[in-house]
Amino acid sequence: MSTTTVETPVNKQDSVTTATPRKARRRGENSRGTSFVSHGILIVASLIALFPVAWLVFLSLGPDKDDYLHPGGIWGKMTLDNYTFVLQETKFFDWLTSTLIVTLGTTLIGVVISATTGYAVSRMRFPGYKKFMWVLLVTQMFPVAVLMVPMYQILSELQLVDSYLGLILVYCTTTVPYCAWLMKGYFDTIPFEIDEAGRVDGLTPFGTFARLILPLAKPGLAVAAFYSFLTAFGEVAFASTFMLSDTKYTFAVGLQTFVSEHDAQRNLMAATAVLVAIPVSAFFYFVQRNLVTGLTAGGTKG
Amino acid sequence: MTVAIDRATGKRRGDRAPRPGLGQRLKHGYQKHWYAYAMIAPVVIVLGVLVLYPLAYGFYLTLTDANSLNSARTIGVNEIEATYKFIGFDNYADILWGETAYDRFWSHFIWTIFWTAACVTLHYTIGLGLALLLNQKLRGRTLYRLILILPWAVPTFVTVFGWRFMLADGGIINSFLETLHLPTPLWLEDTFWQRFAAIMVNTWCGVPFMMLSLLGGLQSIDSSLYEAAEMDGASRWQQFRYVTLPGLRSVSSTVVLLGVIWTFNQFAIIFLLFGDTAPDAQILVTWAYYLGFGQQPRDFAQSAAYGMLLLAILIVFTSFYRRWLNRNDQQLAI
Repeated sequence: MSTTTVETPVNKQDSVTTATPRKARRRGENSRGTSFVSHGILIVASLIALFPVAWLVFLSLGPDKDDYLHPGGIWGKMTLDNYTFVLQETKFFDWLTSTLIVTLGTTLIGVVISATTGYAVSRMRFPGYKKFMWVLLVTQMFPVAVLMVPMYQILSELQLVDSYLGLILVYCTTTVPYCAWLMKGYFDTIPFEIDEAGRVDGLTPFGTFARLILPLAKPGLAVAAFYSFLTAFGEVAFASTFMLSDTKYTFAVGLQTFVSEHDAQRNLMAATAVLVAIPVSAFFYFVQRNLVTGLTAGGTKG
Repeated sequence: MTVAIDRATGKRRGDRAPRPGLGQRLKHGYQKHWYAYAMIAPVVIVLGVLVLYPLAYGFYLTLTDANSLNSARTIGVNEIEATYKFIGFDNYADILWGETAYDRFWSHFIWTIFWTAACVTLHYTIGLGLALLLNQKLRGRTLYRLILILPWAVPTFVTVFGWRFMLADGGIINSFLETLHLPTPLWLEDTFWQRFAAIMVNTWCGVPFMMLSLLGGLQSIDSSLYEAAEMDGASRWQQFRYVTLPGLRSVSSTVVLLGVIWTFNQFAIIFLLFGDTAPDAQILVTWAYYLGFGQQPRDFAQSAAYGMLLLAILIVFTSFYRRWLNRNDQQLAI
C-alpha cells in the first residue's frame, strides 16, 4: 500500500518554493515515515490475528490425522474429504440442532424477560433501585464455579440434567441480567420527551412502553439478542458438564470429542471447527459495530 | 434541595412530606411504584429462582461434606438418599489454612492474580496501541480493522483448538523456532511454558474487544481539543498524555473492569488448551471445576466453597475499584 497520493502536494511545493522549508502538515496526516511504521505494525498485527485461523483452515484440508506435524505435505494432497466425512458420518447435524435449540431458546427468553426491566431501571427511580442494579452487576460477574455445583444438584433432582431446558435455564442466569443491563443502556438514549408525550396523551406507563418505546428500541433489542446468542453459542463449562448423551452435545462439547486419550482425529476436528466458525463469524461481522457500542454504552451510563 | 421530576410519571421526587407511619408508607410506596415493580418482576423472579436459590443452596453445600458418593443419586431403579452431613466452616478453613493449603489454594491464587494482571495489562496496552494506529488517516484502515477483530469473531472454543495444533510438540511454532535455531519449549507440558502459552492465547483472544472499545472512545474525543493543544505548542506525547488519556478515562475504567472480571473468570481457554493435564497452570475457576467435576469422587462441597471464595474476591475487588473511581470523580455504571 503506497502513500504517494497523500504526499505529492508536499513534494511539489518543496520543489517550487525552496525558501519555505516545508508545508505544515495538516492534522491527521502523517509524514511518510510515520505512516510506513504504522502500516508495518498493522500488517504484523493482522498476520498474527489471521494466522491461527488460517492455519486451522489449511490443516482441515489435509486428509490424515497427523498431517499437522508435516504441514508441507498437505499441499500435494489437498482434499475436501474431511468435510464430506464430517457432514455424512459424524453427529454434526445433531450437534447443530441442539446448539440451535439451546442458543435460540436462551436468546428468546433473555430478550423477552429483560425488556421491561431495562425500561423500568432506565426511567423510574423506585425504592430498592440501587440494590437492584447492584444485584444485576454482581450476577454478571459470577464465576462458572459458583453456580455449577448447586445447579447440577438441583437439575439432577428435577431430572433436567442432559435436557435442553436445563441448559437453557442455566444460560439464562448470565444472559438475563446482561440483557437487562444492555437494554437499560439503550433505553437511556431514547429521549424522555417521548415518554412525556405519551403520558400527556393519556397512556399508562405500560402503554408508553409497549406502544412508543419498544418499537423505537428495536436496535437495542437486537444487540441484546446478538449478545445472548454469541454467549450461549460459545459457552463451554456448563455444556460440557450438563449434556451427557452425544446426540445432545452443543458444538463446544462436540468438538472436544474428536480428541480423546486413545485417538486424536485432528483433521476431522479442524474441518468441524471450520464449518462451525464460518457462519458464526459471518454473523459476528454483520453485527459487530452494534455490539461494541452496546457493550460499552451499557457500562458507562449511570 | 433540588427537586427531581420522575420523567416517566411526572411526579416530583426529592421533596419530603411529613413522614407517615410505616403501614401507610408501604401502601403509598406500593401505589406510587407498583408499575415499576411489575416491570422488574420477571427478572426478579428469574434471578430469584435461577440465581439466588442455587446460590443459597450452594452456600449450604459448602457447609457440608457433600461429594458424589454421598449425594442423592439414582443408580438404575434404586434411589439413594443423600447422606452428607453438616460440618460448619471446615471446608473454608481447610482450603485457606489446611495442611496442603499452599499447593491446593494459594499457589493457584497467586497464579490467578498474576494471570489476571498480566492479561489485562497486555490487552489494554496492545489494544490501545492498535486503536491509536487505527485512529489515523490511513489507507486500508477498514481492512485492518476487519482482520484485527477476527480473534473475537471466531468462537473461542474453535480458535483454542487451532492454537493447540500450533503449540503441539512438532507443531508449526516449534518447527519455526527450530529453523531459527532457537530452543523449542514443550508448550503444553512444561508448567512455565503452559502458563506462558495460556497468557499468549488469552491475549490473542482478548485484544480485539479492547481495541474496538478504545477506538470508539478515541473517536468520541472532541478534535478541537487537539487543535487547542497544537496551538499551545504541545508535542505529540503531551497531546497523548493530557488530551487522549483523560478523554479515554470513562471508557477505560469500564473496559478494564470488564476485562478483569472476564479474565479472572476465563474458563474456556485454559480448560480447552490443557484439559486435565496441567494441574499447575489451572487458575482458580478451572481448578474449582476440576475438584467438582474433573476427578472421582467429585468433591462438590470443596468445589462450591472455591466458587464462593472466588465470588467474594470479585465483589471485594469491584467495590474497591468503584470506590477508587468515585474518589477520582469518575462515574462507573451505577
